[in-house]
Amino acid sequence: MENHYAIETQSLGRVYKIRNPGKKENKTLTALEGVDLQIKPGELFGLLGPNGAGKTTLIKILTTLLAPTHGYASVAGYDVSKSPDDVRQRINMVSGGESSGYGLLTVRENLWMFAQFYGIESKEANQRIKTLLEIVGIADRANSRSSNLSTGLRQKMNIVRGFLTDPEILFLDEPTLGLDVGASRDVRSFIRRWMDDDPKRTLLLTTHYMIEADELCDRVAIINKGKVLACGTPASLKQSLQKDAIFHIDLDSPKVLVESVFSILPGVTSVKIHDNENKTIMDLVLDEESALANVIATVTSQGAQIVTLQKREPTLEDVFVKLVGQRMEEVEHADAPAS
Amino acid sequence: MPMLPPVSKRHTGWRLFLMTVIGRSYPRVVGMQRERSWIFFDTFLPMLSVAAYVFVYRAIKAPEDYVGFVVVGGAMMAYWMNVLWSMASQLYWEKETGNLALYIISPGSMMAILLGMALGGLFATTLRAVGIILLGSLLFQVHFVIASATQLILVFFLTMVSLYGLGMMTASLFLLLSREAWHISNLAQEPIFLISGFYFPIKNFPAWVPMVGSFIPLTLGMDAMRQLAFASGPSLGWISVNIEIMGLIVLSIMFLMGARLLLNYMERLAVREGRLTESRG
Repeated sequence: MENHYAIETQSLGRVYKIRNPGKKENKTLTALEGVDLQIKPGELFGLLGPNGAGKTTLIKILTTLLAPTHGYASVAGYDVSKSPDDVRQRINMVSGGESSGYGLLTVRENLWMFAQFYGIESKEANQRIKTLLEIVGIADRANSRSSNLSTGLRQKMNIVRGFLTDPEILFLDEPTLGLDVGASRDVRSFIRRWMDDDPKRTLLLTTHYMIEADELCDRVAIINKGKVLACGTPASLKQSLQKDAIFHIDLDSPKVLVESVFSILPGVTSVKIHDNENKTIMDLVLDEESALANVIATVTSQGAQIVTLQKREPTLEDVFVKLVGQRMEEVEHADAPAS
Repeated sequence: MPMLPPVSKRHTGWRLFLMTVIGRSYPRVVGMQRERSWIFFDTFLPMLSVAAYVFVYRAIKAPEDYVGFVVVGGAMMAYWMNVLWSMASQLYWEKETGNLALYIISPGSMMAILLGMALGGLFATTLRAVGIILLGSLLFQVHFVIASATQLILVFFLTMVSLYGLGMMTASLFLLLSREAWHISNLAQEPIFLISGFYFPIKNFPAWVPMVGSFIPLTLGMDAMRQLAFASGPSLGWISVNIEIMGLIVLSIMFLMGARLLLNYMERLAVREGRLTESRG
């Protein structure tokens, strides 16, 4: 079936009905609203957003696990609502922190079992399992029961499960969730190699780690509260802040500094103040550098001293702050509705 | 050089169906070898309740074939427990562990997954049932008189097809009921012991009780097997074996078709309402 895009969504939305005992009408929760995405074959596309942003809901729709309530979605050219069987032959999915498989089976047996569901001959499946386990560095655990694996090793097994079937389009939902730095790096490196191996492979990755999106993805969509706020290459998204001046200031302050005091100053686009150990840290985005003088004067008037002041390049975190008005951590800590 | 070549061949159609069945039955078959504690818990412990009935029957000087009835009932109980706890509630647990979503997004059919679960469970349970029959027969010196081995095998086969068909059907139903299913399993356990006549001939009941009980395939299956395996079986049987075979055929068709319909309905409903996986992120 001819289609220009590996994944395409048009005005895609999902509203959940929530039972409201004792009340006539159910409540509704909008998990996804008006999402338009076009992902080309060969792209490693990232969905970046805090927990509860709607990333997993989108993945569930694209993997045929959930029906959209509005709009249209296609994967590999097939409508996910009308042709789920055609979609399923071309995809696979790995979620962070999943505990799939059976603890009584060994790593090799679990992977073999899933390969059977994709019609891969045992001989070929076993050969692929061997190769992939060597690549991700857990070949020595092939005959260990999966119940005996640590979180990191288990996630590597899950990653192998997803790649084992060589899907045309792979969905990775927070693949490094809960992994330590080393294991996360290994997983990211493996994902990049897999994509580089075949230009026809498409991968959609959801993450709330900025570094993951920045390091891995060809393009990124920033999503919050079910809406896509921006979409582009990491460089182009950061480029949108190039005209701004971004400063990182370490302060020694005898009292708590209030953001609202600074945010009303002329030329200040956004300001975030937080404590880290014994320091107060201020992250500033200014329309232009000349606005810094006012900020420094206000800092001094508050009785605080500047320890270090650093101008730095914009990051995806800055892009997110500019779009949402809060850092991703703050959004996650707020009482965001689950999607 | 690519780190991994593309998959050379992917089977589809009936071959994929068969591979999915084998794949999903594997954990149950292998699980038996890995957790050998079942030999004690699933063979020795059921013998205690079998022994209790045997001693009661001997104390009241009931016909000696009643002892054989009890041993057969004890063995068949293993299948009922397997269907109730490892088939009916299995999809719910698969959902909780995240396996269900992976099964659904795979090209293998859900019917094949359920069949694999059933066959794996059937294999594992047959080992238990054989253990109970052997141990019970040796301990209580059960004397079998097989009237027709062919019919006996046919009845056992049909009983298993319809029983596991029932299990496949309820698996979908229980998935929709989620945690409530646990209570239904509890609720179904003891009354079925009674109305299906696990430890006594159902002929002793008023006719309406075995009629109601006939919706559970074990009721007809056990009655027919007892008639075919013991000398006094025919005189203690409820209805003729041939009618019971017909009944089991009807139940098999009804439950397998029901399983397929319910599975499709469950999947449509679950996708529409978002019940296939827990809501996250």
